[in-house]
Amino acid sequence: MRRRVLAAIGVLALVGGAITYVAYAREGRPAENAVPVVTGQPMRFDGKTLFFRNLADGPDSGKLAAVPIADPGAARRVGELRCDRFAAAHGTAICLRLKAGSLPAMTDMIVLDANLRERHREALPGTPSRARVSPDGRFVNWTLFVTGDSYAATGFSTRTGLYEVDTGRLVKTIEELAVFVDGKRYFASDVNYWGITFADDGNRFYVTMASKGKTYLIEADYRAYRGTAIAENVECPSLSPDGRRIAYKQKVSNGVWRLAVLDLATRRITHPPDSRPVDDQPVWQGNNTLLYPLRNSDNTLDLWSVGLTTPAKLLIPQATSPSFA
Amino acid sequence: MYLASVGPLRTPLRRVPGNVVALGIVSLVTDVSAEMVTAILPLYLVFGLGLNPLQFGLLDGLYAGATAVLRLVGGHVADRWRRLKTVAGVGYALSAISKLGFLAAGSTVPAIGAVLAIDRAGKGIRTAPRDALISLSSDPSTMGRSFGVHRALDTIGAFLGPLVAALVLWASLNDYNSVFVTSFALATCGVILLTAFVRDQSPPAPSARGLPMLSLLRDPNFRRCCLWAAALGLFTITDSFVYLAVQRRWDISTSLFPLLPLGTAGTFLLLAIPLGRLGDRVGRWRVFIGGHLALVVALLLVCGPVGAWWLVLALHGLFYAATDGVLPAAVGPLLPENFRASGLAVLQTGQALARMAAAVTVGLLWTLSDLRPALLVFTLALLVITIAAAVFKPLEVRR
Repeated sequence: MRRRVLAAIGVLALVGGAITYVAYAREGRPAENAVPVVTGQPMRFDGKTLFFRNLADGPDSGKLAAVPIADPGAARRVGELRCDRFAAAHGTAICLRLKAGSLPAMTDMIVLDANLRERHREALPGTPSRARVSPDGRFVNWTLFVTGDSYAATGFSTRTGLYEVDTGRLVKTIEELAVFVDGKRYFASDVNYWGITFADDGNRFYVTMASKGKTYLIEADYRAYRGTAIAENVECPSLSPDGRRIAYKQKVSNGVWRLAVLDLATRRITHPPDSRPVDDQPVWQGNNTLLYPLRNSDNTLDLWSVGLTTPAKLLIPQATSPSFA
Repeated sequence: MYLASVGPLRTPLRRVPGNVVALGIVSLVTDVSAEMVTAILPLYLVFGLGLNPLQFGLLDGLYAGATAVLRLVGGHVADRWRRLKTVAGVGYALSAISKLGFLAAGSTVPAIGAVLAIDRAGKGIRTAPRDALISLSSDPSTMGRSFGVHRALDTIGAFLGPLVAALVLWASLNDYNSVFVTSFALATCGVILLTAFVRDQSPPAPSARGLPMLSLLRDPNFRRCCLWAAALGLFTITDSFVYLAVQRRWDISTSLFPLLPLGTAGTFLLLAIPLGRLGDRVGRWRVFIGGHLALVVALLLVCGPVGAWWLVLALHGLFYAATDGVLPAAVGPLLPENFRASGLAVLQTGQALARMAAAVTVGLLWTLSDLRPALLVFTLALLVITIAAAVFKPLEVRR
């Protein structure tokens, strides 16, 4: 009898403790923003604004924020839109948002117009990883992490898809792309793609393909729907506006990457003067500057910028997923 | 309390021993705790920590191997010390503590790897002594039903886990630490329930010295059981391949894909007890063989022109219901009481290692040709082995 009473007390204490913890986690959110935030201002694309995901502690953490390109230190404007990944170009934007309470995880892929109004929405399996809009604004593309896809039951894989904004054509995964490696059509069951970047002709695109422990940079033709491996060890490519260079993350060791730039004509690889570990698809500001998030001491991300030869500087603290629009 | 102090309820008919129900409830609570973490882990790694999840897949095979070895250690130590409950309790406690480890590990990848390893180690250690306890608490004539009840309760826990995780995430406004704390609390409840309500079975002291596992294998009946279980395991297609094949064959939407295992688990849950009882009546080895035939039919449906996806999942669940608990129920009575944990550990480790080899082989065949030929080759081999195991069955598996 005594044993049962003790057991009952133990179980009640544990369950009570867990409920208290959950309640505290719910209430214990900071009520004020850690950085100055302006609300109620219109947010739209005017070609002079830098959009990003606000990560500063507070009620507006996780919301899309905006600052003038000319004054990135200004107080950040926020609206109501929450995105885990955001990208914009030429009057079109994509917002990836994890669906709350979905297990296994689902992501809402939302296409927005220049006034950040919703144009289209798709629910896709996985968690947000990368998002981009083609320079002509006609394609949005994304990469999601999915589980249960590979035969190692707990293994992860990526799924990269795109959506034609004008026609409404949805490609849930680009895995059907006909790919050639060393001149031969490449077939493998373990192919993963991530990080699309489109050229300004709205047809040519670059993407990373991984298979059998290697990563390849694929140069692809959308209309012909075929691609060719043009380099190895190039992940998360980002094509410069002039189409001459690809900025990417270059693998240093397992789980560590650094920023690198590949000149497409000469195939020369250079390293901008920042060797800290980066894990994202870089964003070009003009043809000579790169934006990328780096992990900070709070274990969140800060947005940095670096010239191809000029030193890195902190652009916006507590921010990620930058886009000029 | 009278019942708790005299030990397992041994009502001769119809009833299941109290100890088995208690172990089933411990497994249920523990599985809720484990499955809630499994359900949120991908989200937590990518979202909570901002890690790149592709660096995690590699560790998995290593863990599976380590779990297999620890299962042998757990079985051996439990028999040697004659402390089945204590060793099982250590396994449950390790997994419980590992849940708090997630809070301590933060975003350090090696630390997260260590936490996952401790969790799997706990699972490895507890399995054999727990199954030995179920076996020793049951009447040999109704052992199939006992294992059926345990596996059904276990599966209910697996169903509830993701739901509880979603509930906690909703209530805590997406706070992952809350999920780990809740999971820890539930796992600890499991340990408390085990301590308070499960009675240890102390078999007579072991007489043999050295490695009793090797001497167990000298028994031709037990050896045959292990060999057939491993041989069948060698051609048992891993679950995820089955689901991938089902998805391709019937073009199932990717958002529904993660729900396919629920079909298998649901059938397993419904059929675990009836098939365990059927095994008690018509012979457990027959049911075990029948389960593999169900898997053969399921796989032929995947390859062939007829059938439906739900039928494949139902047969897949039937396969589990007819094999997962039925095998230890069939083999348990063959083993001396004082070596039951060691014997079950040998049996299940052989099977698990064979299934791992099967996963690698199918993966390889798939890469070389395609999924369908790989499946067909495997299915036909499985059919041959199943027929052989039915013909050359272990001599003394009467029930």
